[in-house]
Order: sequence, then structure tokens, then C-alpha cells
Amino acid sequence: MDLSQIVQYGLSGITVGSIYAIVAIGFNIIYATTGIINFAQGEFLIVGAMTAISLSHFVPLPVAIAGAVLVTTVLGGLMELVFIRPVKNASVLRLIVITIGLSIVIREVMLHLWDETVRSMPYFTGTAVSTVTILGAGVSLQVFWVLGVSAVIVTALTLFFRYTLTGRAMRACADDRMAARLCGINDRRMVTLSFMLSAGIGALAGCVISPVTQTQYDMGAPLAIKGFTVAILGGLGNSMGAVAAGLLLGLLEALVTSQSSAYKEAVSIVVLLLILVFRPSGLFARHGISALRTA
Amino acid sequence: MRLRMYYPVLATAVLIVLLHLVLAQTETTYYMTQITMSAYYALVVIGLCLLMGYAGQASIGHAGFFAIGGYTAAVLTTYNLNPVKDTPLVARLQSLGLTMHWQDIYGADILSFTPWAAFGAALLLTGVIALVIGASVIQLKGHYLAMATLGFGLIVYRIALGTPVLGRADGVSNVPPFHLFSDLQVNGRAAFRVQNYYIAWVVVLAAMVLALNLVHSRVGRALRSIHENEEAAHSLGVNTYRYKLAVFLLSAIFAAIGGVLLTHYNGSIGPAEAHVIKSVRYVAIVAVGGMANLWGAMVMGIFLNFLSLRGVFGSFDETIFGGILILMMLFAPQGLLRVPRLRALTGLRARRKHA
Repeated sequence: MDLSQIVQYGLSGITVGSIYAIVAIGFNIIYATTGIINFAQGEFLIVGAMTAISLSHFVPLPVAIAGAVLVTTVLGGLMELVFIRPVKNASVLRLIVITIGLSIVIREVMLHLWDETVRSMPYFTGTAVSTVTILGAGVSLQVFWVLGVSAVIVTALTLFFRYTLTGRAMRACADDRMAARLCGINDRRMVTLSFMLSAGIGALAGCVISPVTQTQYDMGAPLAIKGFTVAILGGLGNSMGAVAAGLLLGLLEALVTSQSSAYKEAVSIVVLLLILVFRPSGLFARHGISALRTA
Repeated sequence: MRLRMYYPVLATAVLIVLLHLVLAQTETTYYMTQITMSAYYALVVIGLCLLMGYAGQASIGHAGFFAIGGYTAAVLTTYNLNPVKDTPLVARLQSLGLTMHWQDIYGADILSFTPWAAFGAALLLTGVIALVIGASVIQLKGHYLAMATLGFGLIVYRIALGTPVLGRADGVSNVPPFHLFSDLQVNGRAAFRVQNYYIAWVVVLAAMVLALNLVHSRVGRALRSIHENEEAAHSLGVNTYRYKLAVFLLSAIFAAIGGVLLTHYNGSIGPAEAHVIKSVRYVAIVAVGGMANLWGAMVMGIFLNFLSLRGVFGSFDETIFGGILILMMLFAPQGLLRVPRLRALTGLRARRKHA
């Protein structure tokens, strides 16, 4: 493998890796406030991308993307209001099974709305063939859009959770819901907000990656698996860990793909099993004993 | 007391014969084909019910185990060993009686593994895979098994779609019938319809007896204690890890048996059997039957699959199963087939305890 190929595979690994990181952060946000793993997380990306593709036929691209993010955010909020909130004293297993059901229903509705066609957003700048040459490797302009948007999402979320009142209230809920409630925080609203936030960033990620990987109605589940693997790898609830782990998984996949593309899909599940056996609290956790073990 | 457990089994056996008579009277014996197929799907559901209802773990990858069973049986019984029949390995297999000669529909002579050998291989393979997945994630909280099995199911689907020997999108067809013993065979042809109706039911009832025995035994009590409160069970010396792993293994084996038998019955298997959506369907059926209700799971497993195979749900098939899953979890987490009186009683007792 020469240098240009290394750059090529490396950049494509980082590109998809940054999307995995965004999916993982989506998992983290909902997990932190509710303890639920939202199996419909991958569907948010596809709903976002599909809506934007349809809207882009009528309005300029930036408006279409904004519209898609809005629609998906509302969908996330509705999901929580209609299906999660009414269930009282539910076991986490029950809530997770609900999100599994939701992911299937969303996927099937998408199948009826957008059929099985593989679609793609237009390239944000330039066309599919316009590239920048880095160290002899031709790099698509969309790669920079993906990396840039991911960086903006991560930075904005960090600032939001650290400096805004709402963000801090959400963190308080994640830490101790009862104590947060005693401080006058409307914890239920925070849970709804966490679903909306998670759906919104998912939709945005789905839009920027669509020109690179294309979009089909049933691509949500594989994305969810990879995002989940990344979330575990980075330590559940640790957003910076998710970014590092996302890039790591992306690069690992690119490395395997450069040898044989047949095993690309198996990479994440093997990583997931290994990490669950050896370091269930994630690569970057300080303490060895995991809080995830039940016994 | 112990014998009473089997009364429903006897009652079901009587109902099965009655159903046969009704179908014969109304000349609708063609329904038997879908009932037979549903029965094999119900095997998956019964195993999954043990896992979800009694061990409190969800799997969204059981279609993967079903497919591994089915594909192993299909490939081993159709892969022609004739070109390599003189190699020492194949000669050895032949002398061990693991192979058979048969003619496919075009009349070509085929030397392949016998269905029994393929059946053994399918169970072994499924067992090993289930053990690897289970051993790594089952000691963690529920959603890890769910996610790991979801990933596993996706991989099985991709492998089935991408591997030439598995027929890619077409799957494997021309799978020979499974001669069980003497004249009994798992065969989808109309002439064998009645026979197969009973074979399928015997398999399902055997699985039910096994499962009922399990939940009413020491193991079952241990499992229920795990479901109620895992830490308490653990502190009382229940080896929660080993029990959960054993149930996961058993449920995977049940799924694989269903896969093997249905593949021989249909004469083919395709990648659709491995799709995640099938796994979710099994979970939905367990939920409708009532998580910890084996009879409910079995009845619903046959009833809902039957409706689906008859095409009652049309193109909204999967949407309906997803919707059922959500509705059940929202409004009736105990399932539809719970005796309401019993629930009211336990509710009353619980309230009295709190008072």
C-alpha cells in the first residue's frame, strides 16, 4: 500500500468514524437521562436523510436539511411523549423492547414512503467527481463537510451541556433524577428534550453522510450497531470517549476493508463482543470494575 | 401435582386431532401446510419465551440461529460430493454412513451428507456460536445481549446474501426430504401433508414438554428468581450466569431445529429467514403470548405465523408485528392470554401486602 492509498483509506475511515461517533453520542444522551438504549437511533439518521432528499427537490439544500432536522427532532420528541412517557414503572427491558418495535415501524413506514430505492443527497459543494488532492490521494469535498459538521455538533453539544441552564439541568437529571426534581427541574421535560436532541443530531449526521454512503430505508440497524459499539468502546455516557472510539472503529473498518471488503460488517460486532468481555466500561474508563455488570 | 402440568399437553393433542378432522370435513386440508410451517416457527418462539420470559434477556438475533440451522442443513444435504468422492476424507464419511446418494429433480446423481448428519452439524454449529455470544455478553444487563444478538443477526444476513455457496439472494433450493425413520419424512409434497402435520406437532409438543419441565424444575425456579431480582438470586447462591447461558443456548438450539425442519419441509431456504425483521417478529409473538407464558407463546406462535403465511396482513406484515410489539409493551406487558382472574388475584394479594 503506498502513501496515497493510506491517506485514502485513513480519511474514509475517519469520515464514517465521525458519523459513528455522532450516533454514539445520540445513544449517550438518551441513556444518560433514561437508562434506555434507544434501538431506533439509527433510524433517525435515515429519516433525516430521506426527508432532506425529498425536500431538496423543492427548496434549496440548506433549507431542506434544516427542515429535515426539524422534522426528525419533532419525531424524536413525539416518540418519547407517546410511547415512553406513558409507561409507568416500566422495566428498562420493556422500554427497550418498545424502541425495538418503534425502529421496525419507522423502517416500514419509510419503506412505504420512499420504497427500496437507494437514494443520495446532492454533494454540498461541487459534484461527485470534484476532489482535492492530498499527498497524492483524491479526496472528495464531502469528506470535509462530514468532518466539519461532526466537529461542530460535538463542540456545540459540549458548550450546551456545560454553559446553558437547560444543558446543565439535563446533566443534573442524568446524575440523579430525584435530586434534580427536588431542585425544581422538570425532569420529564428533560427526557423529552434528550430524545429531541438525539434525533436532531442524528438527522444532521444522516444528511451529511448521505452523499458518501448513500441512503436506503433499512440502513438504520447497521448504523445503530456501529454507534452502539462506539458508545460502549468510548464508555457509555462519555462523549469525548465516543469521538475517539468512533474514529478508532472507522479506521479499523477501513483497514479491514483495504484487505477484504467482505469482513467489513463483522468488524464492529467482533469489537463489540471483545469489549464487552474484557472492558465493558470502555477503553478510557479509569476504574477496572464496570458498573454495567449486574452481578 | 407434577402430572397436572401435562394435562394441557394431552388437551392440545386432542385438539390437534380434532382440528385435523375439521379440516378434512371442510375439505380445507391445504391449511395444514401453513400450520406445519407455523409450528416450526413456533419452536423458535417457545425457546425465545424461555429466554425472555424466564431468564429476562431479550434476543433480536434468533432468526440468525434459525437461518444457521436451515442453511447448514440445506448446504450439507445439497452440496454434491461426487467430484471429490475418492478423496480419503469423503471415503471415510461414506464408510461412516454420513452420506447418501439421491437424485435431484433433474435426475442427476448426487452424493451428499445425510439429513441426520446435517442436522447434527447444524445443532453443533449453532451451539458453538450461541455459546461464544452468550458467554461474552450474558452476564451484562439485558440490552447488551439484545444489541449483540442484533449485530449477530445482521452478520448472518449479510453472509447469507454475500456467500456463493449459500446461494446469495436466491438461497439454497432442491433440499431433499428428511427421512426421519422408516416411512416418516419431513417432506413438503401434498402427499405427505397429513403426516407432516403430525410430525410438526409432535416436535412442538416435545419442545413444550421439555420447556415446561424446565420451568417447573429447580432450574426454572432459579430462572424465575433471576428474573424477579438477579442480585437476590445471586446472593442466595444461584449461579445466575450459568443458568442464563444454558437457557440462551437451549433457545438457540430450538431455533436451529425449527430452521432445519422447515428447510427440509419447504425444500429451500432464503436470506429473508435471517432478516432482523424476522427476529423482531419472534420477540413480538412472545410479547403477545405473555412474556413468561409458554402456552401463550406456542399458541400465538402458530396463530400469528399462520395468519402471516396466509397473507392476511398483506404488505403491512412487518409493520403489524412491530405495532403489536409496541402496543403489547405499552398496554399489556403480561400478554393477551393471561387468565384475568389470576392477575386480579395476584394484584389483590400484592396490594394487601403493601397495606
